[in-house]
Amino acid sequence: MADSIPWFVFAAPSRFYRLAAALEPWLWAIAAALAAAGLYIGFFVAPTDATQGDAYRIIFIHVPAAWMSMLVYLAMASWAAVGWLLNARMASILARALAPTGAIFTFIALWTGALWGRPTWGAWWVWDARLTSELILLFLYLGFIALVASIDDVRRGDKAGALLAIIGAVNIPIIYFSVRWWNTLHQGATINLTTAPKMASTMLTAMLLMTLSFWAYAFAISFSRARAEVIERESRTDWVRQLLAGGDRREP
Amino acid sequence: MNWNSASEFFSMGGYGVYVWGSYAVTAVLLVIEPLLAAQRRRRAVERAREAAAAESQPGAPQ
Repeated sequence: MADSIPWFVFAAPSRFYRLAAALEPWLWAIAAALAAAGLYIGFFVAPTDATQGDAYRIIFIHVPAAWMSMLVYLAMASWAAVGWLLNARMASILARALAPTGAIFTFIALWTGALWGRPTWGAWWVWDARLTSELILLFLYLGFIALVASIDDVRRGDKAGALLAIIGAVNIPIIYFSVRWWNTLHQGATINLTTAPKMASTMLTAMLLMTLSFWAYAFAISFSRARAEVIERESRTDWVRQLLAGGDRREP
Repeated sequence: MNWNSASEFFSMGGYGVYVWGSYAVTAVLLVIEPLLAAQRRRRAVERAREAAAAESQPGAPQ
């Protein structure tokens, strides 16, 4: 009796759609404002690094993107699992909505890493544990997207995707701990919960602002894509018909 | 303030290609992605409207 539990209210695609539509403009605005603040501090307040010069400024997008690539994967795998185990359509839709965003953050982490590695290590790419496991993450995202798209029966596609996403989740701790478990060229964690950050506080502030901006972005874009997916899947239902019949013609 | 001139800002201490190459690609991706998602929603809405209109025609197969 999922309907009697209040947390499941937004499991109904119709309610989710309205909530997401209301939150989205705020999330975009928050993402933009945080990015503006983070970039200002990152480029105009944070000092030039003593050893890496200004190349280190790539950190303000590299680290947040790398964090998001892992977090989005965990969110995607969790929603996919919920969608499968509880037969919740909206959870499966959210899993699909997150996948392209996760792939993009993963690509950004790899791309900015290459452009940072070249001047600091002298190499665009090395097959070390951190970089290789992050590349595997990109393939997991692309595999998930291709798999769910290739199965015509939507709910069967959701289940197959969930299986892949759950198995692939084993890669996340491997990425995270790779710099501890193996000797990697990639540096160790700059930030962790047990020790003081090894960077100037202005640099840290800029990086955290960019991280929060990416969080807001991830929520906004996944809501946006989930709404598209809801309309595609539910176009024959009464609530979508009513939504489309009334009000604004372009953007319900 | 870190920079005395715009050209100093853009050269990023000689690392301009790497820093701006990173930021440019990130910016392009994070601008295009929301546009594609919005376009997808508009298309879904259009298709749903067309389907609803076709079904409401008199004599249309249910």
